[in-house]
Amino acid sequence: MAFTFTAFCYMLALLLTATLIFFAIWHIIAFDELKTDYKNPIDQCNTLNPLVLPEYLIHAFFCVMFLCAAEWLTLGLNMPLLAYHIWRYMSRPVMSGPGLYDPTTIMNADILAYCQKEGWCKLAFYLLAFFYYLYGMIYVLVSS
Amino acid sequence: MSAPAGSPHPAASAQIPPKFGGAAASGAAASADPGSAPHQQNGPAQNQMQVPSGYGLHHQNYIAPSGHYSQGPGKMTSLPLDTQCGDYYSALYTVPTQNVVTPSTANQQPGAQQMYSRGPPAPHIVGSTPGSFQGAASSASHLHTSASQPYSSFVNHYNSPAMYSANSSVASQGFPSTCGHYAMSTVSNAVYPSVSYPSLPAGDTYGQMFTSQNAPTVRPVKDNSFSGQNTAISHPSPLPPPPSQQHHQQQSLSGYNTLTWSAPGLPSTQDNLIRNHMGSLAIANNNPTVTGVDSSSTTSSASPMPNSYDALEGGSYPDMLSSSASSPAPDPTHEPDPAPAPAPASAPAPAVPQPSKMAKPFGYGYPALQPGYQNATAPLASVVQPSNPVYSGFQQYPQHYPGVNQLSSSLGGLSLQSSPQPESLRPVNLTQERNVLPMTPVWAPVPNLNADLKKLNCSPDSFRCTLTNIPQTQALLNKAKLPLGLLLHPFRDLTQLPVITSNTIVRCRSCRTYINPFVSFIDQRRWKCNLCYRVNDVPEEFMYNPLTRSYGEPHKRPEVQNSTVEFIASSDYMLRPPQPAVYLFVLDVSHNAVEAGYMTILCQSLLENLDKLPGDSRTRIGFMTFDSTIHFYNLQEGLSQPQMLIVSDIDDVFLPTPDSLLVNLYESKELIKDLLNALPNMFTNTRETHSALGPALQAAFKLMSPTGGRVSVFQTQLPSLGAGLLQSREDPNQRSSTKVVQHLGPATDFYKKLALDCSGQQTAVDLFLLSSQYSDLASLACMSKYSAGCIYYYPSFHSTHNPSQAEKLQKDLKRYLTRKIGFEAVMRIRCTKGLSMHTFHGNFFVRSTDLLSLANINPDAGFAVQLSIEESLTDTSLVCFQTALLYTSSKGERRIRVHTLCLPVVNSLADVYAGVDVQAAICLLANMAVDRSISSSLSDARDALVNAIVDSLSAYGSTVSNLQHSALMAPSSLKLFPLYVLALLKQKAFRTGTSTRLDDRVYAMCQIKSQPLVHLMKMIHPNLYRIDRLTDEGAIHVNDRIVPQPPLQKLSAEKLTREGAFLMDCGSVFYIWVGKGCDNNFIENVLGYPNFASIPQKMTHLPELDTLSSERARSFITWLRDSRPLSPVLHIVKDESPAKAEFFQHLIEDRTEAAFSYYEFLLHVQQQI
Repeated sequence: MAFTFTAFCYMLALLLTATLIFFAIWHIIAFDELKTDYKNPIDQCNTLNPLVLPEYLIHAFFCVMFLCAAEWLTLGLNMPLLAYHIWRYMSRPVMSGPGLYDPTTIMNADILAYCQKEGWCKLAFYLLAFFYYLYGMIYVLVSS
Repeated sequence: MSAPAGSPHPAASAQIPPKFGGAAASGAAASADPGSAPHQQNGPAQNQMQVPSGYGLHHQNYIAPSGHYSQGPGKMTSLPLDTQCGDYYSALYTVPTQNVVTPSTANQQPGAQQMYSRGPPAPHIVGSTPGSFQGAASSASHLHTSASQPYSSFVNHYNSPAMYSANSSVASQGFPSTCGHYAMSTVSNAVYPSVSYPSLPAGDTYGQMFTSQNAPTVRPVKDNSFSGQNTAISHPSPLPPPPSQQHHQQQSLSGYNTLTWSAPGLPSTQDNLIRNHMGSLAIANNNPTVTGVDSSSTTSSASPMPNSYDALEGGSYPDMLSSSASSPAPDPTHEPDPAPAPAPASAPAPAVPQPSKMAKPFGYGYPALQPGYQNATAPLASVVQPSNPVYSGFQQYPQHYPGVNQLSSSLGGLSLQSSPQPESLRPVNLTQERNVLPMTPVWAPVPNLNADLKKLNCSPDSFRCTLTNIPQTQALLNKAKLPLGLLLHPFRDLTQLPVITSNTIVRCRSCRTYINPFVSFIDQRRWKCNLCYRVNDVPEEFMYNPLTRSYGEPHKRPEVQNSTVEFIASSDYMLRPPQPAVYLFVLDVSHNAVEAGYMTILCQSLLENLDKLPGDSRTRIGFMTFDSTIHFYNLQEGLSQPQMLIVSDIDDVFLPTPDSLLVNLYESKELIKDLLNALPNMFTNTRETHSALGPALQAAFKLMSPTGGRVSVFQTQLPSLGAGLLQSREDPNQRSSTKVVQHLGPATDFYKKLALDCSGQQTAVDLFLLSSQYSDLASLACMSKYSAGCIYYYPSFHSTHNPSQAEKLQKDLKRYLTRKIGFEAVMRIRCTKGLSMHTFHGNFFVRSTDLLSLANINPDAGFAVQLSIEESLTDTSLVCFQTALLYTSSKGERRIRVHTLCLPVVNSLADVYAGVDVQAAICLLANMAVDRSISSSLSDARDALVNAIVDSLSAYGSTVSNLQHSALMAPSSLKLFPLYVLALLKQKAFRTGTSTRLDDRVYAMCQIKSQPLVHLMKMIHPNLYRIDRLTDEGAIHVNDRIVPQPPLQKLSAEKLTREGAFLMDCGSVFYIWVGKGCDNNFIENVLGYPNFASIPQKMTHLPELDTLSSERARSFITWLRDSRPLSPVLHIVKDESPAKAEFFQHLIEDRTEAAFSYYEFLLHVQQQI
């Protein structure tokens, strides 16, 4: 049993994923508020937009860590989400600031529904990932 | 939650103002029928009393209960039949255009019917008129099943004020519950009882009538027709007249078997009677004849009141009223039973039927009926239930509530089934039908509702739905493959609008819906919301009807009699004191702008219209100009001349003197005039070519943000300095590309953010783009799109080189400056539970799922909403949509304009197809296609348009089994669909292959998004008329002028002959194309030139010649112009002039190098299917 770089990666990923889970919950709540009229879309976009890039960067960060640790399976599992993030950010509306959400289109029912679904899917993914990393960490610690 | 507008606190507070404001009265008057108003004098009670002297007591007693009941059942029964049959068929299904026709016929009929009604009643009446009636009604109801009952209830609610009054009187009398009377009634009449009452009152109302008995009473404003009927019924005996005559009439009119009628007294006749009544009711609405009904008065018997009422009232209530009247009468009699022999006879029959009805829970029981309609019966049941204090009768419409509406609808459904296929479903073989386009303009289809609802429904000019029969489930909608959505024109200029001043604006406590004609009154004190079905209390104030000055008639209030009303809102609807009208003009004065010369035209227009700017004594105005610097004008009162202040720091704009830049229009008028006179010449020698639009807008925002208002921006080139600068993105070589059209979206979000900031400060930015080259309208338009402004674009504008554009600017400015305007507005759209708003189209900012924030609203703004069906609508037969527009008028009043639309729900695909409003569908599709072009690509949008046809036609093909599958079939209601889609594909916004400048394309898209349907349809599919041979055949008279009505021609060169002259009406432009071989008489008499060769190339006016043909042509064109707010520019195009390409591009049925002809397009579609 030794504390390897791989184990460190998993531990870090574990912590960061916990953060991402909070991001996802926040995202879901925010869109729910939008849908139920509690919030003005401009305000809501102003609070959501600054969080988009950090989330993507955190995820990209531990992907890179896994790459360095040569954890190919874990990396492979994360690649689709990474690719999705890149695609999502590339196809964002014309905006001067960082972020994804445009207050003029966010209330469109299609977009609203899409964003909500996205939130739930990510939450599920991060939760599963969280347990996977936990397992991965223990496995690495035990096996090494 | 908060109502329409985001108003903070919808005032739930129940204030009970002692009196309605005078405003309310005036509003009512406006809405109501003038004629009636005078009459209303007496209290309802009186009426009742008067009627049957003998019965007086009964009535009183009954009144309350009976009134209610009657409303429900009685009316229902009688009405349904007639209305359904007549209206349904003819109006809805037959010709689409019929709308107009039907109403008239309806009116006429009423008279006849009324006659009938009288006849029948008379016999029975004597002792107990009511009884007879009831019997009739009941019998009718039996025959017709439940449907009729619902109707009756309907009637009561809406129409019969009298009814109400009766009720109230009863109540007052202290008749607690239904009592013995009721019991009786319930059994036999149950349904009807109340009816009888109403009738009496109605008669009274109408009173006019002179009849001693009825006479006195109140006349509901609009009820004339009703009253007449009622009276007839109630007073049958007096009106002995003429059963036979009546019969005849009926027969002729409605084609009913009136035979029975002749023997009104007889029970057997009852059915007939009922029918008659029904018919009469339906028809009757308008009839003045009602007065005749008064029968009681001998003299009046003739029905003196003729039609004048009809016209007035017709609008809203007619059918209902009449029906109600008739039905009501019976009730009283029944209950008492004292009624004479005739009554008894009838009574038994009714009793039977009623029970059956009763048994049925809520109307769902009738399988035969369409699901939507089934509900109708239910109401009856409730009504019957008698003694309920609640009086189901009241529930008129509520969707769930099977009330009256349902009945009517159910009837309609019945009629449908029995009838052959409706016209709108007639299969048309598109490839073989050469003349798809009708000769007359296409009208909006009329929703398949009963006549009462139809009359109350919102005008299609303000509110249209793509499917006038709403599918029951999303699955059904998906099957039909048609778009579901609303087309709104909420702030349209109206000639008649009821304005209501009231301390309490009655709204549903849970969904905040405004009370409207489609709610149902459960009893006098409670109403049921038609959107969320919550039962609400009727506030005390609402019990008083300022129109009739009577108490206890909540169903007769103008709010409940008009589907378009305007409320004067209280301070509960304000976040801050109403703002004054504030206008700021931001003018480009760079070299380019000076060269184009728009300043002269603008300043001239402003000078001319300065006094007509909407506003009050607080109106403020300001001016800014900009090139590479920003110039402010200090117009503070007291200065000897305007002071120009230049700010050259465009990176950090500030206001040099914040207080004196926006000045009071009246205090500083002289300075303003000086400035406007000086402005055009101030910059003539400028060498500044740059344009700092962005900083100028930022400054404008700063200037406006304390108050809000309207900013009018005049821009002539691409902004090249400071924030928001843009680069040219258009590649001229790509203009006719068939592949990808890029740059339809904005290049920067600067303008969008600015617009959102402006919108937050209640400031709208209107853009006038007058440019000769590419100016990136796609980016600039954002400043107006999201701030609820409007966009005008004048390509190649030059005041002298392009006089037609200059003229257009002049005319547009005149309209722009003087039209109505609403400030700090919000619009909320509500719809029945189960439906939800999906996407909005138009210029606004969407603040929440159903709330649009509109910094300004103008009468030329249109909106579209896509809908989806989230929950199945199986438990309702009607759905309603309500838009509430809360705004501050230019006079500083906070007002709420409410439109309510009611539509039936259907469960079969065929009915969905039967109710398609193809024009609305096309406009909605166009809006969706614009979104698709911007978010995806133009070719995607084009494919989606073609797929819309392919899908809907193939879906239709699969539902109709007996068609030849080789042919391209469409229901008649959809036969124009492919033509319109082809027109869209050839529209500037969506065409490919033809050279189209990017700005032109984007502007066409902006127009699609923001124009109301009427204007948009002309833009998509212009109207073509041949005008060299105008005749008076079929001409109409407008204001003493004879306006010829030439038939529409299809948009194909095959219709153009060299010997003719044609007028094309494209909405904002008219073209007159003169053929080479055109008759010299025409050229000489109309154009004022001796021959074809001498006609100039650029001609934009028809001379005023004193010849018949010139007069006809001019009156026709004037008539076309008068029908729209913007005065279109006329272009006279010679056959050989280069300008003819402009004209020919609109001939959308022809082939072009890049696009299909209509026939080819059909083949293409067929292939895809």
